[in-house]
Amino acid sequence: MLNRQGRPTAPGLASVSAHETFTGNKALLQEEPLLFEIGRYDVTGVDLDEPQGFTPRLGGLERSDGIGLPGLSEPETMRHFVRLSQKNYGIDTGLFPLGSCTMKHNPRLNERMARLPGFADVHPLQPQSTVQGALELMNELGRWLTELTGMPAVALSPKAGAHGELCGMMAIKAAIEAKGEGATRRTVLVPDSAHGTNPATAALIQFDVKPVPVREDGTVDPEAVRALAGPDTAAIMLTNPNTCGLFEKDVAKIAEIIHAAGGYFYCDGANYNAIVGKARPGDLGVDAMHINLHKTFSTPHGGGGPGSGPVVLSERLAAFAPVPFVRTDAAGFALVEDEEGTEAFGRITAFHGQTGMYVRALSYMLSHGADGCRQASEDAVLNANYVRARLADLMSLPFGNRPCMHEVLFDDAWLKDTGVSTLDFAKAMIDEGYHPMTVYFPLVVHGAMLVEPTESESRASLDLFIATLRDLAMAAKRGDAARFTGAPYLAPRRRLDETRAARSPVLRWTPPAPVQEAAE
Amino acid sequence: MAETRYTKDHEYIRLDGDTAVVGITDYAQGQLGDVVFVELPAIGKKVGKGDEAAVVESVKAASEVYAPVSGEVVAVNSALEGSPGTVNEDPLGSGWFVKMKLADPSEIEGLMTEEQYKTFVASMS
Repeated sequence: MLNRQGRPTAPGLASVSAHETFTGNKALLQEEPLLFEIGRYDVTGVDLDEPQGFTPRLGGLERSDGIGLPGLSEPETMRHFVRLSQKNYGIDTGLFPLGSCTMKHNPRLNERMARLPGFADVHPLQPQSTVQGALELMNELGRWLTELTGMPAVALSPKAGAHGELCGMMAIKAAIEAKGEGATRRTVLVPDSAHGTNPATAALIQFDVKPVPVREDGTVDPEAVRALAGPDTAAIMLTNPNTCGLFEKDVAKIAEIIHAAGGYFYCDGANYNAIVGKARPGDLGVDAMHINLHKTFSTPHGGGGPGSGPVVLSERLAAFAPVPFVRTDAAGFALVEDEEGTEAFGRITAFHGQTGMYVRALSYMLSHGADGCRQASEDAVLNANYVRARLADLMSLPFGNRPCMHEVLFDDAWLKDTGVSTLDFAKAMIDEGYHPMTVYFPLVVHGAMLVEPTESESRASLDLFIATLRDLAMAAKRGDAARFTGAPYLAPRRRLDETRAARSPVLRWTPPAPVQEAAE
Repeated sequence: MAETRYTKDHEYIRLDGDTAVVGITDYAQGQLGDVVFVELPAIGKKVGKGDEAAVVESVKAASEVYAPVSGEVVAVNSALEGSPGTVNEDPLGSGWFVKMKLADPSEIEGLMTEEQYKTFVASMS
């Protein structure tokens, strides 16, 4: 019977297929073009008066044509960015098992504290007497960090993990130069299981990088370090727990060997979340270690906020910490800005660092307390081991089915002959509504899948994640390769052409050629 | 056909008089996946056996290409800079990386023959 209402009465009568809509939108999920594609160039969202009697003083270099910015009204602009934000996947939307990145929940209390006007509305150039509270907070954060790590000094200013590495390594370089060994101590040892930023940091400040091979069990053999250490050794950069998710059990021995050779021990603290309150880097012989506040101490990252990578320093390096730093005296708190009269290696930030992140991190520490910080580490390790234990019968573990730290590392041996690669498996996870784990890292493991659930996930959340991975794993083993090789099927965009994106990247949007309209 | 030898790091070296062509094996390109960038050394660079001779970057990872033997770089395949995909398409032919003048031609004796390399690769999977 003819439907006179224009409204389909049965699915088959719909004018478009179930998978395609007239607008390209999928229900309330809007397809969002670029700002430049939706904007109009003859209108503006804001009325600005043409300046009257304006004489350009650019000597004829002033712009003569339009700047080419799209014009949108305020609601259009708002919708554009809100729609884009709805396509984002973050820790607030779901489990984010990104190994080596500690994507833990960002408590809302932190956000509330960071918005207190005394922290949020201060300016780095206002008189220090008017920001005593902010300075006291920095001092208190530093006290917590030095206490937790068992290290005597901290440089708060670095703005990310790799920036912290650079800061720590510059302090090491300054210490070496102060001893007159700058010309000879030029080699930095970096194990294969280190973060990729470690060798990059060493190379950036003109050290020569020498790799240390990882032994069969995924950790660093102190004898391999001993064989490479010598009078040319400036430092070793060791990630502990390492990127295989394993605690470097010989870390104290390695520190001893490096110190005996006259070098320094830089520890990459990106994985510190596994050991807070359990082991103090200072007791392990560490000379410098950065702490990712945005990982371990729950400040937002990954597009959600700026990083912050304070560096704790040993007695041997403390004097070389960069300015500015907080000093307390009878008058209160002061930010030492001038390196004159100090041994500081210089400065690596314009101002004092990320105040907002300091507030969030201290808020996290104070609300957890020392015992809570320790429990967070214990739960993070427990959760990773729960995932390991529940998947070990289906997926393969490169170093055997033994306890890991806060992240569990699988390889792709179990996918052999399935026609499914690590990348395919990760893409199929997107269809299931999960952000994939870290893949193909660390490089020492073939087809690596590095899962870090963090302590934020409940048992129920982990069970659903595990059930999903089990379902996928069984599908792969059953021969249902198509579910993987074509994935993601349901994401706003299908699989991207990574090869073409890398070989011939298009880095700039160009407007489409104007369509010639035929004369009527 | 000139003799080709192989390393455990999956480079090949093909002798041609006192110079030799160096590249990565078909197994290596398969493991790397699509190559997107190749960094070649300067002509005249002296490399020791096992030193980094070039860098190859794929969608998965960046890896070093090591000099199978000691010598001096006398030519580089600069065509790879514009079309790195050649490494995937023809690793043993037009996908070569560098040509070297050998410091000590006897060093090549320590490398694997084609037969030995095939066995080595088979043992890895």
